[in-house]
Amino acid sequence: MDVIATWFKELYETTGLNFTVFYDPYDWNRYIHGVRMTVLLTVSTIMASLLIGVVGALLQSAPSRIVRGAVNGFVVLFRNTPPLVQIFFFYFGIGAILPAGQDQFGLRQPFIDNVEWAIIALSLFAGAFNVEIFRSGVEAVPKTTVEAAEALGYTRLKAYIYVILPLALRVCLPALNNNLVNLLKTTTLAYAIAVPETLYAVKQIWSESQNVFEMMLVLFVTYGLLVGILVWIMHRWEKSLRIPGYGR
Amino acid sequence: MAVATEPRPWTPDQPIIQLIDVHKSFGALEVLKGVSFSVKKGEVVCIIGPSGSGKSTLIRCINALVPVTSGTILVENIEVADPKLDKLALRRKVGMVFQQYNLFPHKTALQNVMMAPMHVLHQDRGEVEERARALMKKVRLTGKEHTYPGELSGGQQQRVAIARSLAMRPDVMLFDEVTAALDPETVKEVLFTIRELAEEGMTCMLVTHEMNFARDIADHVYFTDRGVIVEHGPPDTIFSAPRDPRTQEFLSQVL
Repeated sequence: MDVIATWFKELYETTGLNFTVFYDPYDWNRYIHGVRMTVLLTVSTIMASLLIGVVGALLQSAPSRIVRGAVNGFVVLFRNTPPLVQIFFFYFGIGAILPAGQDQFGLRQPFIDNVEWAIIALSLFAGAFNVEIFRSGVEAVPKTTVEAAEALGYTRLKAYIYVILPLALRVCLPALNNNLVNLLKTTTLAYAIAVPETLYAVKQIWSESQNVFEMMLVLFVTYGLLVGILVWIMHRWEKSLRIPGYGR
Repeated sequence: MAVATEPRPWTPDQPIIQLIDVHKSFGALEVLKGVSFSVKKGEVVCIIGPSGSGKSTLIRCINALVPVTSGTILVENIEVADPKLDKLALRRKVGMVFQQYNLFPHKTALQNVMMAPMHVLHQDRGEVEERARALMKKVRLTGKEHTYPGELSGGQQQRVAIARSLAMRPDVMLFDEVTAALDPETVKEVLFTIRELAEEGMTCMLVTHEMNFARDIADHVYFTDRGVIVEHGPPDTIFSAPRDPRTQEFLSQVL
């Protein structure tokens, strides 16, 4: 660590390129906390949005017209409005109406904080897309395969879990991959409600050290790497799901 | 719509399948125009007839894959048209094999056979696996247990599909043109398996275009055309001395 810090200090002295994060422990700490927050936001919103997608796609073929209508309404609402507006709506709109507790100084203490609102809003946003992505996969499963499951006594739910979903997933993985990459990048919007994620932390650093260009570089590389890791994981998943003799 | 009644307890001397004046329409198109017949336990019944005569619809009505428009279908005295039908109870009794095999492509052959007893009947894994291996042997696919459907030939896939149905221990097996999508040389191996089943006393109902097989295996043959049963009887009578001109014409084309 010392070698790196010395090198970046020297770099600053000789070229004027000031990467404070790599030699100043305080900035490094802020940066790392930011990255951790980004990872937390990404992992939790991916999990929640996948769940929304899986359940939503199931309910889209529910016998009840009201249920189907509700799912479609949800998709339209969250797909047709900007994610930043959604985050503001939840944090400032809903958050202000909800009852809140008091902290030890008697100040208003909301039960759901900004990080949680960001997770909720982003999960719903990405979830709406996931519903449509999973639906495209579900529609690609041959009706006859589902019929075979029915003839064996599977209920609609069991057929969905054991037959339709595993096959649908394989069809929609590339589209899902895209949406999850987008979701990772969209977590930067949580900046707007002061969630200390990577962009927020880096912005704080550059406003104090006046090293906007250098920190922008750090930002690009950081997100490039994070997306790279996510894509690598998704490709591993895709590979592990490949079926011998099927589809290619 | 048939009136929901408590099923009388079924005894083997009663028909295992009974259809009374079954009608089925898809929109304005009436594909079944009052079909009635009954099948006894252990009987092998073949349904023959030209394309579009309603054969497949008829067989699919029996396990409630297609809801009937009117009439009564009883399977071991369970009213299939009852809106409150316990579909699982019906489908435990009736196995079905399809033209396109319809195996679950993401599971191995053995897993395909094991899935329904485990997921639907919640039977013990070890016991189900033992039975599944025995069924794989029965359909002469020992050694292919861990092969995926996409790597099997059509005839092999169809035999896995038969084993998959048998794993649920049905009382009746329905075969919906199960050799229609197969190469001529693999047809034989599938028909061999069906013949074995029939000889063991399994009640079988086949929609088929394999006339020689039907003649050979069936106890009773039904000739259907345009949604009605035109003629029925023992295979020798139907194939050698058909009375109705429509049967005569059909048989002269296919034999």
